[in-house]
Amino acid sequence: MPEMSEKKQTPSQTVGPFFSYGWTPQQYGYDHSDLVPGNLVKDGIQGEVITIQGIIYNGEGEEMKHAVVESWQADHAGKYTELVAKDKFSGFGRIGTGRGDDASYRIRTIKPGQVDEQQAPHITLTIFSRGLMHHAYTRLYFSDEVEANAKDPLLQSLPDDRRYTLIAQRMEGEDEVTYRFDIHMQGDGETVFLEF
Amino acid sequence: MKPFTPKDKDSHPTLIHPPYKSSNLRSPSKNSIIVPQTITELTGPQFDASALGELDNDLTRNGRKTGEPLGERLIVTGRVLEENGKPIPNTMVEVWQANAAGRYIDLDDQHEAPLDPNFLGAGRMITDKNGEYRFLTLRPGAYPWGNHYNAWRPSHIHFSVIGPNMMTRLVTQMYFDGDPLLKYDPIYQGPPDEARKRLVADFSLDDTEEGYALAYRWDIVIRGHKATPADA
Repeated sequence: MPEMSEKKQTPSQTVGPFFSYGWTPQQYGYDHSDLVPGNLVKDGIQGEVITIQGIIYNGEGEEMKHAVVESWQADHAGKYTELVAKDKFSGFGRIGTGRGDDASYRIRTIKPGQVDEQQAPHITLTIFSRGLMHHAYTRLYFSDEVEANAKDPLLQSLPDDRRYTLIAQRMEGEDEVTYRFDIHMQGDGETVFLEF
Repeated sequence: MKPFTPKDKDSHPTLIHPPYKSSNLRSPSKNSIIVPQTITELTGPQFDASALGELDNDLTRNGRKTGEPLGERLIVTGRVLEENGKPIPNTMVEVWQANAAGRYIDLDDQHEAPLDPNFLGAGRMITDKNGEYRFLTLRPGAYPWGNHYNAWRPSHIHFSVIGPNMMTRLVTQMYFDGDPLLKYDPIYQGPPDEARKRLVADFSLDDTEEGYALAYRWDIVIRGHKATPADA
């Protein structure tokens, strides 16, 4: 039995501006493999294919380039698959907001099912960026899940005037559905960030 | 599933830290809302060896195009632990850094120091059964940045740790013992005084390889479980 002793958590530090060649190299065109992609859809996947798209805004309403979003979600049946394997669906995605003028993130995935009897379908998003000393957690819920959202304990515990910041808006496209989910780091309409 | 310890306020920096200028507009200004831990938080992505390439833990080799990259070879090793001291095996650790001249391969790095055509500066590994990680790299250079007049980042290696679930996610930076730039760096100075010292790696003669590489040792502690009286 190794010696056990109380340790203190290692402090968080910012991801910095120069993460993309290590974190999201394929998206940014570097000669390096991705750990996980931003497109989680594989051949033969079950469930409704959707794209989550949004812009991250700073406190002055400017689009934040050089940010990165990680997603964690269950599959269409509400089951989490923890082992990330190349040939099957895993609920872990990672995508940057890019270097250019279109500073939006896009996660192509499937709409998750309910993970238990209480909670409405949701996706956890974790935001990292230069200027963020510690990553920020939030949750995305779906605008077309009105009934389930009304019973979700987390959503219902939020202040009435901030709950809407966690609801992604469904937009029917020609081929696939997009859910729009902008994230406001500060200011009017600041997104609700979570701690567990 | 047993709940995990919370984020320790005495260990982490405040989100808005005015001396670090870009934190003022890019970090949340309201307090986070504390919510219960559910299956969503108590699960998280896990990886096995199929996620790794052969040279992923050797930054002196994984970017070679024409020859060896230039710089002082370093072994960096340590353990990933939870707060009760228990090692975390089989967890993904990602690292990235500047080259020996203090320049990142990143297309947005405009520092006028040379790129090294043989150095990528990114790698990843999975901790072994004792929670140990280990990789070979080159000592990263310090570099200037625009935060304030004559601002320099101390030499550092960025680390990303996944851990057992979504709540254990940690992104941080490892620094080198004795670096004179530490006291001037607002990012290193962000966490409380006692806590920031835990970001500094110690030189470790035991981990060096004779005739080949120097070594630094650095343990990383993530959220988990407190020691119970039985294991304290």
